[in-house]
Amino acid sequence: MTVEKKAILQKFPRSPDVLLSLLHALQRTNPQNYLTQEDLKLAAEYLGLPLSRVRDAVSFYTMFSLKPRGRHIIRVCESPNCHLAGAWSVVEELKKTLGIEVGQTTPDGLFTLELTSCLGACGVAPVMMVDDEVFGNLTPERVREILRGIRGAG
Amino acid sequence: MKRLFLLLCSGSACQSSGALAVKQALVEAITEQGLTEEVQIVETGCMGPCELGPILLVYPDGVYYVRLKPADVREIVTEHFLKGRPVRRLLWTAPAPEPRTIPFFARQMKIVLGNCGQIDPEKIEEYIAVGGYEALARVLTEMTPEEVIAEITRSGLRGRGGAGFPTGKKWQAVREARGNPKYVICNADEGDPGAFMDRAILEGDPHSVLEGMAIAAYAVGAEKGYIYVRAEYPLAVKRLEVAIAQARKMGLLGPRIFETDFSFDIELRMGAGAFVCGEETALIASIEGKRGEPRPRPPYPATFGLFGKPTLINNVETFANVRHIILRGADWFANIGTETSKGTKVFALAGQVKNTGLVEVPMGITLRELIFGVGGGVPEGRRFKAVQIGGPSGGCLPESLLDVPIDYESLKKYGAIMGSGGVIVLDDTSCMVNVAKFFLEFTADESCGKCVPCRVGLRLMLSILERIARGEGTEEDLQQLEDIGHMIQSTALCGLGQTAPNPVLSTLRYFREEYLAHIQEKACPAGVCPALIHYEIQGELCRACDLCRRACPTGAVQGTPRNPPYSIIQDRCIRCGACLEACPFGAVVKIPGRKG
Ligand SMILES: Cc1cc2nc3c(=O)[nH]c(=O)nc-3n(C[C@H](O)[C@H](O)[C@H](O)COP(=O)(O)O)c2cc1C
Ligand code: FES
Repeated sequence: MTVEKKAILQKFPRSPDVLLSLLHALQRTNPQNYLTQEDLKLAAEYLGLPLSRVRDAVSFYTMFSLKPRGRHIIRVCESPNCHLAGAWSVVEELKKTLGIEVGQTTPDGLFTLELTSCLGACGVAPVMMVDDEVFGNLTPERVREILRGIRGAG
Repeated sequence: MKRLFLLLCSGSACQSSGALAVKQALVEAITEQGLTEEVQIVETGCMGPCELGPILLVYPDGVYYVRLKPADVREIVTEHFLKGRPVRRLLWTAPAPEPRTIPFFARQMKIVLGNCGQIDPEKIEEYIAVGGYEALARVLTEMTPEEVIAEITRSGLRGRGGAGFPTGKKWQAVREARGNPKYVICNADEGDPGAFMDRAILEGDPHSVLEGMAIAAYAVGAEKGYIYVRAEYPLAVKRLEVAIAQARKMGLLGPRIFETDFSFDIELRMGAGAFVCGEETALIASIEGKRGEPRPRPPYPATFGLFGKPTLINNVETFANVRHIILRGADWFANIGTETSKGTKVFALAGQVKNTGLVEVPMGITLRELIFGVGGGVPEGRRFKAVQIGGPSGGCLPESLLDVPIDYESLKKYGAIMGSGGVIVLDDTSCMVNVAKFFLEFTADESCGKCVPCRVGLRLMLSILERIARGEGTEEDLQQLEDIGHMIQSTALCGLGQTAPNPVLSTLRYFREEYLAHIQEKACPAGVCPALIHYEIQGELCRACDLCRRACPTGAVQGTPRNPPYSIIQDRCIRCGACLEACPFGAVVKIPGRKG
């Protein structure tokens, strides 16, 4: 176990109800934004849960991934308000600029493109999140600008 | 002495349109002009009209600046703050020292949202300055738990999470339930697409939720609370963390609050992207670290909830109402609204309506007042067609029902629901078959798959709708949709399945002729379903500029430059509409029905 992961575990009490928070934290420390088999074992052992139960939980929630993803996760809202406001042109622009389909990761490992249901920012539809940040009133130009910004920041 | 107060909205929506950069620019310009002593910037929660963001409200002048850019800021500072001349081109409306004179606000009644946009949500002192935690103090020092429950019951407050269960009655059940410890849970999972009132409250006035939970805990006899918040709401998570830490520091959470025997603390739990976790039994399973699947009720969480203990679970907006009822009294609250639905409700107005955003109105106002009074009606030149109310499981109501009062019972009677308060206005460019299909796709995707009626039934309905949209439906299909829909309503395990057929059933009820047009005439009257429309080029308008031919991805447009008219080879056309968008002369038209 890496020192980093050990430090994460120790921030949590050994009680099953922290499972999701713990998994979020472990997933975030992996640069590729996913949970390794090792992570699942760590969580299970630390919380005293059967590994099968941890696997079961992970498979249920869409925000956990067992496959490596990009360093940044782009999630475009596909719910009604965003849909009506033209979310598809945003998705098309992202696909074109990044050269990937929804669910894929760019070859340089920087971005994964995903869809999500409503992000609760419908007042500024169409909306996407990049990691923890919300971007609204999107147009294809604005999307290109945002991607450039993130690429620049590394 | 501060002379001007700048309320800068920094809710998620305004942040996403650049509020933080505007703040930066404000700070710089104010410092440059030496106004730091006179001007105070307050970062607030959501003010409501999100699409106008970033928004700055200047007090005491009552001036709203909208759609601000960092480049505008210097002018505002030098002209307005220094010389007292508001910058007109950046104003939303004429200066209105009393925001109530602005039509968007005039018909609203802000109780739950009262603090949102008025105080800095990251400063507990500001909350306390406007009466925060007074209700908790009063409850702990002057009232017995029974009296608190009686007051909430008398107020008529009902759950704002969708089902509208009487809150006092729920508290009573948890109080009476045997078992220890007891828990209080705040449902902040807000998964309904189009709803963002809970987010606005959490981001704009987090302490009102903590205070409501503490009062509830005292009433039911709990010492520990959880807030289950969506992982998609990082700003809400952050503001809650700050609020909880500040409340603990001031002794408003933790052991022996206000030096009484009452102790209460709150922990945050994050979801991980599963809509069904908003359902209370699924949510409890998720807090326990399991798959978030619902289970049959009874037993209800009130007797068998978190870790098998008696548990009170209420929605964010429900908790945010509590302090107002305690402070102003049950009678005051019960005076607002209708016979069965009391108080206000926050709605998220969206779709084809002039003013979008969050609005809070008294229960019982009509749909017409909400959509046309507060919302300003549909945009110029369009016709109102339907309002979809209650989220993806809500119903679509037609123009003839616009005078229905908004309360739990009336909406249900006509096939819609209050739900969480999402309102989408549809005009004549929307196809009701397509709308029904769209919402059903959402619920079918989110079905957790545990019960057969929901898992299989919704898919079946969806395939029928897809068939109709392709022009391959029959009249028997409509009957079948209704039969399956009613079957799912009565047999599904949880509220997701029980309400999911609503969009289909309500559109069948009020817009049947539109379904029939798809079936009998093979035409989509609104011109939306690609299989049931075609495009034509009107020869007399065509200038043979060649733009449409170049835009067409399938080579379906035919013609030679400068030699009108062009034409479309129908069996090559995929009806993507690229030619229509490309044409500068309006010569390309979309026509309902197949070419025939
Ligand atoms: C599929 C489904 C999703 C739900 N999502 C939410 C939600 O996001 N937020 C919420 O407060 N209630 C939601 N509910 C309602 C909860 O089950 C529960 O009734 C509510 O939290 C009780 O609080 P209240 O009495 O204050 O309304 C949902 C119900 C169902 C069936
Ligand atoms: S519909 Fe996209 S953020 Fe709500």
